[in-house]
Amino acid sequence: MHSSLKKHFFIFLLPTLIAFTVFFIVPFVLGVYLSFTEFTTVSNAQFVGFQNYIDAFTGDSTFLNALWFTVKFAVVSIITVNLFAFLLALALSKGLKGTNLFRAVFFMPNLIGGIVLGYIWQVIINGILLPYGVDLTFNANYGFWGLVVLTNWQMIGYMMIIYIAGINNISPQLIEAAKIDGATPFQILRKITLPLTMPSFTICTFLTLTNSFKLFDQNLALTAGAPGRETSMLALDIYNTFYGRIGYEGVGQAKGVVFFLLVAVLALLQVYLTRSKEVEA
Amino acid sequence: MEKLSFKNILTIIFLALLSLVFIAPVIIVVINSFKGQFFIADSPFTFPNSGTFSGFENYINGIEKTDFFGAFFYSLVITIGAVGLIVLCTSMTAWYLARVKGKLSSLIYYLFVFSMIVPFQMVMFTLSKIANTLRFDNPLGLILIYLGFGAGLSVFIFTGFARAIPLEIEEAATVDGCGPVRMFFYIIFPILRPTAVTVAILNAMWIWNDYLLPYLIIGSDYKTIPIAVQYLQGGYGSRDMGALMAMLVLSIIPIIIFYLLCQKYIIKGVVAGAVKG
Repeated sequence: MHSSLKKHFFIFLLPTLIAFTVFFIVPFVLGVYLSFTEFTTVSNAQFVGFQNYIDAFTGDSTFLNALWFTVKFAVVSIITVNLFAFLLALALSKGLKGTNLFRAVFFMPNLIGGIVLGYIWQVIINGILLPYGVDLTFNANYGFWGLVVLTNWQMIGYMMIIYIAGINNISPQLIEAAKIDGATPFQILRKITLPLTMPSFTICTFLTLTNSFKLFDQNLALTAGAPGRETSMLALDIYNTFYGRIGYEGVGQAKGVVFFLLVAVLALLQVYLTRSKEVEA
Repeated sequence: MEKLSFKNILTIIFLALLSLVFIAPVIIVVINSFKGQFFIADSPFTFPNSGTFSGFENYINGIEKTDFFGAFFYSLVITIGAVGLIVLCTSMTAWYLARVKGKLSSLIYYLFVFSMIVPFQMVMFTLSKIANTLRFDNPLGLILIYLGFGAGLSVFIFTGFARAIPLEIEEAATVDGCGPVRMFFYIIFPILRPTAVTVAILNAMWIWNDYLLPYLIIGSDYKTIPIAVQYLQGGYGSRDMGALMAMLVLSIIPIIIFYLLCQKYIIKGVVAGAVKG
């Protein structure tokens, strides 16, 4: 059987593999190569060694600024999104009245695209700032907290769904037994619920981490980096390096490689660290 | 159902208030979409009155400026086409990779897994150059690009479930003279159907809302909904706020309808996708 399946690779494997090779493998390899060259179109690439990488970090401060902004944003978002999502999940896994409706409402913003989300919050935040005579692009802090609020609004529902699934997986007998032994609700939370939902924490912190680092649409729509480039995150900074001015394509590609390495290392590190805290029931 | 203790009633009231906070941004945009464009930035939190109410003017304006129905059509064709192709092709690939063992097979599998953590900006420039050179800069080409760029996660999810299919079923079918293609469509795919729903929903949520990839590849000739909304932005400050509000509402409506119809599947899909992811 499996040898006959193997003979049918051109039906089963080939279509996906060709598309994957042409639109992922080749662009990836070509991207790594081009990061060591100077080019405007792909065909006129000149090898320049690590010059693009040096330029990315020293040329102007936009990349380092974007890196710092992204790190701050990711830290704040990971903490707030997961904290609120977990608290909501606790409240919504008690079988209270209206649970399904609440869950549906909290999840809803997640389905709205980043561009649309960005403009919704731009109007609201500008409206809130109106009495003070300033707007979202007046100060980078407004853009920062605007993005945090927007991201919370968008991601809490998604993470909440994953936490609810994790909490519902805990055997009710375990909780019953703890109650009979006289455990307080807080002790049950700390000693049973939290350790046993660690797999959900692994997934949710992974998703919030990678989504925060890769955030682009929301950033573009909410502030587009204003004032100046101060609220540009990494993805937007790379985009602007490529398409904002001619002659910086190589630097943009070098930033892309650094961005990729950063996301990959952080993602692996995070999974490794939280996995080690997972326990069996 | 737990009994309605005082504490539980407080929790329910709190959750109800929080729900209002969650819906408020959408309601505010809906309300503003009925105000004249110059009244929105000045007083976004008031209801329209006889002086500021503009009826459906913003909607007519916005639909004309962005060709909204054209954008809706392109978004729909691209999303349905790409999701259909991804589900079909990656489920076949996943079954192949789950059953045909070997160094090459596992190398290919790990390449798919690897692709999941690569951010789009890493391949953004080279991918759009390749797409332009190969004349893939049209909706059909974009659908094939989505298959290539989106294959990683889908192959990964499908492979996990395909490995769990009992081999006995496949052996019995082989004894009965069933070839791999027929076996896939009559036996394997029906077993994988719940996974296919998960994969379809995760990809649909991504592709429907995706902005940068379609913008770079087909943005100058074809506008999807996110591109149309961003197009309205124009220069900061000089844009038509009314048309923007109306377009935001129009782009949320299909999502809400889709959500109301498939809520159960979406929530299940998110959980299943997350556990595998």
